[in-house]
Amino acid sequence: MNSFIAFIMGPMVWISFIIFLGGLTIKLVGILKAVRQKEPYIYSYVTLKHSLRSIGAWMIPFFPRSARMSPVYYGISYLFHVLLFLVPLFLASHIVLINEAFQISWPALNDQVADWLTLGVIAALIFFAVRRVMVPEVKFLTGAMDYVLILLVMLPFLTGFLAYHQWIAYRWITVIHILSGELVLIIIPFSRFSHMLTAPLTRAYMGSEFGHVRQAKDW
Amino acid sequence: MTDAPSSVEKPTDPAIESGLDRLTPDRIRQVIQQVLKNETGPRFKAYVETCMRCGLCAEACSYFLSNDRDPQFMPAAKVKNTIWEMLKKDGDVSKDFLRRAVRIAHLECNACKRCAMYCPFGIDIAYLMLLVRRICHKLEITPQYIQDTVNSHSVTLNQMWVKDDEWIDTLQWQEEDARDEFEDLQIPLDKVGADIMYSVIAPEPKFQAGLLYQAATLMHAAGMNWTMPSTPGWDNSNMAMYTGDNEISGRIARAFFETAARLRVKRIVMGECGHAFRSVYDMGNRWNSWVMPPFEVVHALAFYHELLTQGRISIKEKYKKKVTLHDPCNVSRGRGLHDKAREVVNMVCEDFVEMTPNREHNYCCGAGGGVINCGPPYKAERMVNNRVKAEQLAATGADVLIAPCHNCHSGLEDVIQHYDLKMEIKFLGDLIYDTMEKKIYEPGA
Ligand code: SF4
Ligand code: SF4
Ligand code: SF4
Repeated sequence: MNSFIAFIMGPMVWISFIIFLGGLTIKLVGILKAVRQKEPYIYSYVTLKHSLRSIGAWMIPFFPRSARMSPVYYGISYLFHVLLFLVPLFLASHIVLINEAFQISWPALNDQVADWLTLGVIAALIFFAVRRVMVPEVKFLTGAMDYVLILLVMLPFLTGFLAYHQWIAYRWITVIHILSGELVLIIIPFSRFSHMLTAPLTRAYMGSEFGHVRQAKDW
Repeated sequence: MTDAPSSVEKPTDPAIESGLDRLTPDRIRQVIQQVLKNETGPRFKAYVETCMRCGLCAEACSYFLSNDRDPQFMPAAKVKNTIWEMLKKDGDVSKDFLRRAVRIAHLECNACKRCAMYCPFGIDIAYLMLLVRRICHKLEITPQYIQDTVNSHSVTLNQMWVKDDEWIDTLQWQEEDARDEFEDLQIPLDKVGADIMYSVIAPEPKFQAGLLYQAATLMHAAGMNWTMPSTPGWDNSNMAMYTGDNEISGRIARAFFETAARLRVKRIVMGECGHAFRSVYDMGNRWNSWVMPPFEVVHALAFYHELLTQGRISIKEKYKKKVTLHDPCNVSRGRGLHDKAREVVNMVCEDFVEMTPNREHNYCCGAGGGVINCGPPYKAERMVNNRVKAEQLAATGADVLIAPCHNCHSGLEDVIQHYDLKMEIKFLGDLIYDTMEKKIYEPGA
């Protein structure tokens, strides 16, 4: 058991990060190459200025009309995406582990605060799931995979929360926590989570078509 | 505003039905695979893989809003019901599936691209629907009426089977009539080296010759050095662009630009049409490998703006009735002309009220993207599918609706009639013609 834990906390972390970053890099290179081969016109239309203009406009909370029309969803979704990165990166116990391995560290979130934020992430995921059941147009689009994706993201946060409080089976929960965190990293490049890479690209393209050719706003 | 979607009978379209009869499962699979694999690339892949099924695009679509938020009409659902299924089955889809797919792509989407402004990822569902139309075209199941306009384009290079002599006759007849107003007015044909080639869509000579008269008056009064081509290539409309017949669509745009090149004009000015503008400013040029159009293409809205701000045309007395303005997708969302349009309206009219939402966010007229061109059999459902537009218009309390686009104009005329709105509908050119000083511009005067 100990050697298994050593493995998932050591080499497996490396493997996960390599697959995550490597996978996204390969995907990006693949997309750029395919654009050159099959749709080179895209390079004639995409401009840095209009790409950034559009991505920027869509990053400002409640700026696009779409966001103002669905403020609850956008508000929750916005916070959710921020927390998704913020909580794991600034969690004291994660920083301790990194410090042990690399002798680097950065300021950590207060444990209590992190605990609440973790609950926030879980609540947001529950909201997404409920919305998939309750809102007809979302329900119509939803398939089993959408719930699987929600569960996958929820797992590391839920187990992290339980592990922190050490209420039950601490050891097992920790193992699941580590494994599910690694699993999420590994599947990012191969699932719709890869929108973390493709969304800026599609937005950049649409932003350029609107800004450069259509000379209109796209938000 | 009564009609429920279920009350609309779905017509059978002879072209779709006979096309479906001819199809075999093999042929269906081949065509779908060919288009989805060979004619698309990473853009398509990214759209399909990136969509998070969040449903935010729903708010964008006038079809969804008009049909009491029926999920079937939301943008991503149209992709689910067509493309996702084709991909899942690798092209092995049934004829019933295709019958539904044609309707979705041709009659339940205006290709207006409003949804691209509501999807956080900017997924272009209009592009995906045009891809479905491309598949339908290759399967030869395009709706009958719009296919007929493409056939006309293919034979005559204009949309309405206008014969070459009919075209010239119409221009001469309008020239003659307009001489009542200006005795030396001319519609100069094939004047090589003129500054401007003026171009229109085929319905003008066919049904609305008065618009040619008005345009000629405007050009003459403004003292422009202009010309119109007497040969095919005069029509800037392009229905093939909307049926996925890219080859013919490209031919039309090419003939158009070649005509301008033959006349060695400096720029092209076109009448109040949205889709025609999209064809020569955005799509047709691309098919012919021009990143941007090889000529400066000036839509009527921008041209009016130029004439009025330069003082080439002056307004005698502003139009009095309360007017509102419909922003045609293809020139507002498609070319950002909405601000100029407002300036022109304010220069010409006394009492202007906005409809909301407006500018880039305006609802489509429900006729564009080739929908109205699918013909009378589909008019009833078109009216149901555009209830939000009627509500939007009614809320303005305006007496006159300005619709500076041919498709919008016809579509909105139907909407006004169907929903019994007490409104007149006009082109912006109509109002300028009515209010302008009928005298010839003299520089420095
Ligand atoms: S392009 Fe326009 S009509 Fe088509 S789905 Fe999008 S919003 Fe609706
Ligand atoms: S808004 Fe965009 S991502 Fe969301 S369902 Fe519509 S197309 Fe998909
Ligand atoms: S007909 Fe008019 S409103 Fe409708 S798609 Fe064209 S430009 Fe849009």
